[in-house]
Amino acid sequence: MRLEPRTDTPLALRLLAPVGAVVAALALCALLVAWTGAPVLRAYGLLFEGAVGSRFALTETLTRATPLILTGLAAAVAFRAKLWNIGAEGQLYMGALAAVVVGGGMLDLAAWALIPVVMIAGMAAGGVTLLGPAMLKVRFGVDEVVTTLLLNFVVLLLVSLLLEGALKDPMGMGWPQSAPVAEAAELPKLVARTRLHAGLAIALGLSVLLWLIDTRTIWGYENRAVGANPRAAAFAGMPVTRVMLRTALLSGGLAGLAGAAEVCGLKGYLTLDLSPGFGYSGIVVAMLAQLHPIGVVGAALFIAGIFVGADAMSRAMPVPNYIADVLVATSLLCMLVAGLLARYRLRRG
Amino acid sequence: MKGGPEVVLRLAGISKRFGPLLANDDISLTLRAGEVLALLGENGAGKTTLMNILFGHYVADEGTIEAFGRPLPPGSPRAALEAGIGMVHQHFTLADNLSVLDNIAVGTESLWRWRSDRGAARRRLLDLSQRFGLEVRPDAPVGELSVGERQRAEILKALYRDARILILDEPTAVLTPQESAGLFETLRKLTADGLAVVFISHKMNEVFAASDTVAVLRAGKLVATHATASTDRAKLAELMVGRSVKPPAPAPLSPGEPVLELAGVTVASGHGRPLLDRVDLTVHRHQVVGIAGVSGNGQTALAELVSGLIRPDSGRLSLKGSVVEHGDPADMVRRGVARIPEDRHSAGLVGAMAVWENLIAERYHDSSFSRFGVLRRGAARAYAREVIEEFDVRCPGPDARTQLLSGGNMQKLILGRTLAHGPDLILASQPTRGLDIGAVSYVHSRLLDARAAGAGVLLISEDLDEILALADCVTVAYHGRLTPLLPHDRVSVSQLGLLMAGHWDVLRDILPETQLEHGDAA
Repeated sequence: MRLEPRTDTPLALRLLAPVGAVVAALALCALLVAWTGAPVLRAYGLLFEGAVGSRFALTETLTRATPLILTGLAAAVAFRAKLWNIGAEGQLYMGALAAVVVGGGMLDLAAWALIPVVMIAGMAAGGVTLLGPAMLKVRFGVDEVVTTLLLNFVVLLLVSLLLEGALKDPMGMGWPQSAPVAEAAELPKLVARTRLHAGLAIALGLSVLLWLIDTRTIWGYENRAVGANPRAAAFAGMPVTRVMLRTALLSGGLAGLAGAAEVCGLKGYLTLDLSPGFGYSGIVVAMLAQLHPIGVVGAALFIAGIFVGADAMSRAMPVPNYIADVLVATSLLCMLVAGLLARYRLRRG
Repeated sequence: MKGGPEVVLRLAGISKRFGPLLANDDISLTLRAGEVLALLGENGAGKTTLMNILFGHYVADEGTIEAFGRPLPPGSPRAALEAGIGMVHQHFTLADNLSVLDNIAVGTESLWRWRSDRGAARRRLLDLSQRFGLEVRPDAPVGELSVGERQRAEILKALYRDARILILDEPTAVLTPQESAGLFETLRKLTADGLAVVFISHKMNEVFAASDTVAVLRAGKLVATHATASTDRAKLAELMVGRSVKPPAPAPLSPGEPVLELAGVTVASGHGRPLLDRVDLTVHRHQVVGIAGVSGNGQTALAELVSGLIRPDSGRLSLKGSVVEHGDPADMVRRGVARIPEDRHSAGLVGAMAVWENLIAERYHDSSFSRFGVLRRGAARAYAREVIEEFDVRCPGPDARTQLLSGGNMQKLILGRTLAHGPDLILASQPTRGLDIGAVSYVHSRLLDARAAGAGVLLISEDLDEILALADCVTVAYHGRLTPLLPHDRVSVSQLGLLMAGHWDVLRDILPETQLEHGDAA
């Protein structure tokens, strides 16, 4: 038996690859679950139920998926242009920071005006954060993996500094948290008496919009060409540098929007635990989705379901909820292998 | 050739299939000690596949290989090396930052030895080098060597590992005529020593210059094996292509007004010698100007300049009489320059995108292909279908992924993209490199049609036959300088070879009336 490269990967196989990867990841993690002494099938059953088994579970999963869709889109957009943005976590916090600053009462506007302003401010803050590394990359060839990754820590320390100082909530009983955003800046709830907010609608709308931009517009056309072969794109006369910087603004902006939406939709104020690594999980989401904007939605729902479900499961069984992190990480590894295998065919002899 | 010297290599019934493509179909060959076998065939005929099977990179679906009477286990380059088979690839496999000696000795010594015995390695290398006339500098870093020297180092590397059968994949593609002659001289010394050589080629003149036997492959089949002396060019060409081929015949045309003028153009390289050094060049309408030269003598910079990728550091570039101040690729396209890039895979096309997307890559801003930033995909596909039809691009349709096309069809795609708009100047860099004879004659006729229609053509090629067949005037690039334009009928291949090697004193014989600039002759 030998592996031979395929000339073309059929669509069915491209859809099957993530499914296969997830099944493989579940099978591998079953070993860990079994190790804790819990019955594997029942544990996975509880996990599934905890993710989608009730109205509450479902809305929790959708709430958790909202920032993941946005950071997933941020990663997908950037990776498609071969801009390796590992800094979505930092960009998310910059967006959240902008949201509490702009939405914290300095503008006295009605909700219909304030919400867009706050969201745009969050996007701008995230976008500008990635613009720096992108400029260093196109100008001096500085590796953006390093700069964007390290900027995450810079941003977190900046947020920490502000939460202990200038932005500290005077009514916060000494906790390092910001003052809450104005009521007019809060995103409306989608379902009453749940935490599900309008951020999900924004995220879904953006994923469709990005797909349309990608396939129907000159912008998307240039992005794809520059991502697939920058040399040929430059030869044909496309503005490669501009495309790179534009992509950086968009990618950072999406991550910043995730932060702003979390603040205005869910938490109401900024703390240092706003994001349990949404920026990094976004990379997994994008990879599982094979960088497709619509696929990002499915992948984000899957990962959100794992996290929410694992929390529920760990309450009923002696399996710690860290299994969710292991499952997500294993899925990513399996996806990378599946992506590779999908490009080959097995031949006898 | 009954009896005769020992048979060193025997391929029997080799077949290899890649999906629907039968790359090798029941091929049987024998090679004797002291023999040079030329494996002749167009691209895609299966030459390289066959040699990769022999060297263990691929496993044949059927058939066996015997080296020196013993069966060769399939799929193992190590077994091939141990059996005494050495391969010199088309793209060299040397590490630029290591010396020649280190490159040659690397991999031949055990990792567990305390110290490498460099003295012995050096003695052995120098001995081989002397015996076969393969002159190299053992301590020079490979990065500083000329292409010819690198090739000699590659051959020495194979000999150092006791190769008795040497496979050369298109060895002359990168050499000047004189260097090629030197290589053939080496091959004669090797075969006199009892080695056997297989060299892969699609150039006829090399086959006659160097081989004893010629095997012709076409579409995966071995169509003929002849003693080289008993055959001729026309016959081999017909065997290769499967039909008779006519050489291009440019109609005599008198040149029109100038379309491209370079005046004193210099392009600095950032270190040392400039890439282009005070170049003057004029291309007129109805004229093909050929740039000959060994690669790396400024042709790439010249192509990038006319493509709009770089700008001159000093001097002036004018198109149709107006000076181009800040040229960029899009500007050059707007000014009527059709650009055929040297490397169609990496610079010409985006392989992962569809055919139609590549066809509009230079003019997607036109209102016929987009409006308010939205692509008019229907119009673009319809346009693509027209170009595919007109330029005979063989592909499933406008939505096919470009990387699935063959090299010849990719080139037709690029021709379609650039020539469909009646260009004033055509920049053709290596327009037929790697193409088969059928595609080559197609490209040539398209270029000549454009010349007849009033375009000027700047043809940069390493293939002297191509330049002499197409060009009205020739100039030779050497160290970033260009010779004055030489009428194609007043210059011979050997004179061009000397000019390519920097012996510009022969210009006195070709153009007795011109004054050589001081410092030009090397």
